[in-house]
Amino acid sequence: MIDIAWSEFTPVSALAGGILVGLAAASFLLFNGRIAGISGILGGLLTPVRNDMLWRMAFLGGLIGTPIVWRLFAELPEIEVNAGFPALIIAGLLVGVGTRYGSGCTSGHGVCGLSRLSPRSLVATLSFMATGFITVYIIRHLIGA
Amino acid sequence: MKYNLTALVSGLIFGLGLIISGLANPAKVLGFLDLAGLWDPSLALVMGGAILVGLVAFTVAKKRTLSLLGFNMKLPTSTKIDKRLVGGSLLFGVGWGVAGFCPGPALVAVGAGEIKGIVFVASMVAGMMLFELIERKRAQS
Repeated sequence: MIDIAWSEFTPVSALAGGILVGLAAASFLLFNGRIAGISGILGGLLTPVRNDMLWRMAFLGGLIGTPIVWRLFAELPEIEVNAGFPALIIAGLLVGVGTRYGSGCTSGHGVCGLSRLSPRSLVATLSFMATGFITVYIIRHLIGA
Repeated sequence: MKYNLTALVSGLIFGLGLIISGLANPAKVLGFLDLAGLWDPSLALVMGGAILVGLVAFTVAKKRTLSLLGFNMKLPTSTKIDKRLVGGSLLFGVGWGVAGFCPGPALVAVGAGEIKGIVFVASMVAGMMLFELIERKRAQS
């Protein structure tokens, strides 16, 4: 049985934020003709190709700039990171290597890939969701118990 | 110029969505990934909302050869489901479960000046460089 954390459940902001993420992916797709996949956009900066750098920096600059712009108008919602530094370093390495081998992350496969009904992205999304669930289960309920 | 401007604006809207949805907060992400604990289903709605809009956008995009600004559409062409795709995604999921960060929200945390986000992103970039290094070695041999 799954116990739902009703006090943590935020359906309205989740749906509104999700729609915005979808609109961002849609605008990038329709104006620029590209997939808004964060790991791919970032990874492309590491193997520089002429005339292929500026738009990547612009997109990532926008993403990194969001909390800065947000703070001009309101207080930024809490970013709570409970993992320690060694765990963060290992996790970062895994996410870096994994998303490049898997050619995408939550945005490229999870949002864009599923939106274009790509079987490849469905397999990728099911794979990273599965190990995501399993990893949290191991950390919180087997090790942390 | 327009190309970079729409990229910048898309990035901004993307980040805005991540912050509003709660996806920018690793504690919330882990609440979603913790099926056996008290489960917070919010993130399923984030994905659902994004995909709902995405479905419409991709239906339109698939019929076009040029973008609205007149650039070539660059949609993925690979349909291969192989060890690289699955293995890489499995590894990514482990890292996601350990930290609660995936690439987008981690970059938002960098912009927020969150030191743990900066350490995560630095490691993530190192991981991506490691991938390039391994791939280059393999191509040479």
